[in-house]
Amino acid sequence: MVQFTLPKNSKIRTGKTWPKPEGATNVRAFKIYRWNPDDGENPRVDTYFLDMDKCGPMVLDALIKIKNEIDPTLTFRRSCREGICGSCAMNIDGINTLACIYGLDEVKGDVKIYPLPHMPVVKDLIPDLTHFYAQHASIMPWLETKTNRPQKEWRQSIEDRKKLDGLYECVMCASCSTACPSYWWNSDRYLGPAALLHAYRWIIDSRDEATGERLDNLEDPFKLYRCHTIMNCAKTCPKGLNPAKAISEIKKMMLNRHV
Amino acid sequence: MAEENRIQRPLSPFMIGPYYRPQLTSMSSILTRITGNAMIVAVFLIVWWLLALAAGPEAFATAEWWITSWVGNLVMFLSLWGIWYHYLAGLRHLIFDAGKGLDIPTAEKLGWICVYGSVVLTILTVIIYWI
Repeated sequence: MVQFTLPKNSKIRTGKTWPKPEGATNVRAFKIYRWNPDDGENPRVDTYFLDMDKCGPMVLDALIKIKNEIDPTLTFRRSCREGICGSCAMNIDGINTLACIYGLDEVKGDVKIYPLPHMPVVKDLIPDLTHFYAQHASIMPWLETKTNRPQKEWRQSIEDRKKLDGLYECVMCASCSTACPSYWWNSDRYLGPAALLHAYRWIIDSRDEATGERLDNLEDPFKLYRCHTIMNCAKTCPKGLNPAKAISEIKKMMLNRHV
Repeated sequence: MAEENRIQRPLSPFMIGPYYRPQLTSMSSILTRITGNAMIVAVFLIVWWLLALAAGPEAFATAEWWITSWVGNLVMFLSLWGIWYHYLAGLRHLIFDAGKGLDIPTAEKLGWICVYGSVVLTILTVIIYWI
């Protein structure tokens, strides 16, 4: 359902302003969303200051520095620090991206960091992705075959393999889905760009033998057709992929089945 | 765990503007809906105009006065822009639905064409019909 304001328990309070580092000349402010499930309070935005002469170049470097040196309670997911695990996806300076590969020099002014938009918050910058993962599972993200298993591997021509480029690189960070207004308002039934990109990745895999079933599963006014080509997904993808294009290809395949 | 014992988790902020940066692609998309809905106002005005025309000279004079007043002119002028924008954006969506122009540079180019094109076409229409 279309929604333009936050529910009462989600309204953001003014948070704590932490002290500035002493003797630093190159100071930058970080405004970071905080919510603690244990204190029963509404979320707040805390302001931290870092000496940029002693900070790494990426947003994740700054978050780790804050956690190590100022406030150990700041909570966020991170792992690989090179844009391949998809853990540190968050809303930075108004767009969804991976903190580890987003440069602090790409942000003008104060660095504003929020969890991925329109998601239930587990703590601070950590959104609850349970539903997002369940949607991914629903598109059967595996090779579905009916013929006998070959002796070695399922073979694929170079041309057919090329069709998976721009799809297999997805790291499931959820940046695209949580950038999509349709997903914000209909995620209970709309699968969202990430799950649909994965659906297409298996639909066009030449080795897969369940194309019909996969398309049947998506033939639904909400699951697929809530995409209105707003294109926030492609615009925000930290891996430079284009879920909007993948969704459009599925829609074209649907149409082709009917003519 | 029982449903009532669960923690009431807050919803993370999402609103376009304060929390999500407006993009050319998303703005040109939402504007299609806004212009489409806003033109309903113009349709009501035009229907009123035609009904007044059928109802007689007095009713028509009243309607005419309102619709050609500066408020009426402004509504009609904005509606003219709205219809041109809606038309161009509709064409853009046809291109998208054909699976074309979905890479970001092309999509943004098409967005600018809708924005600038609608303004140019509105001014041209005004020049051709009223001057």
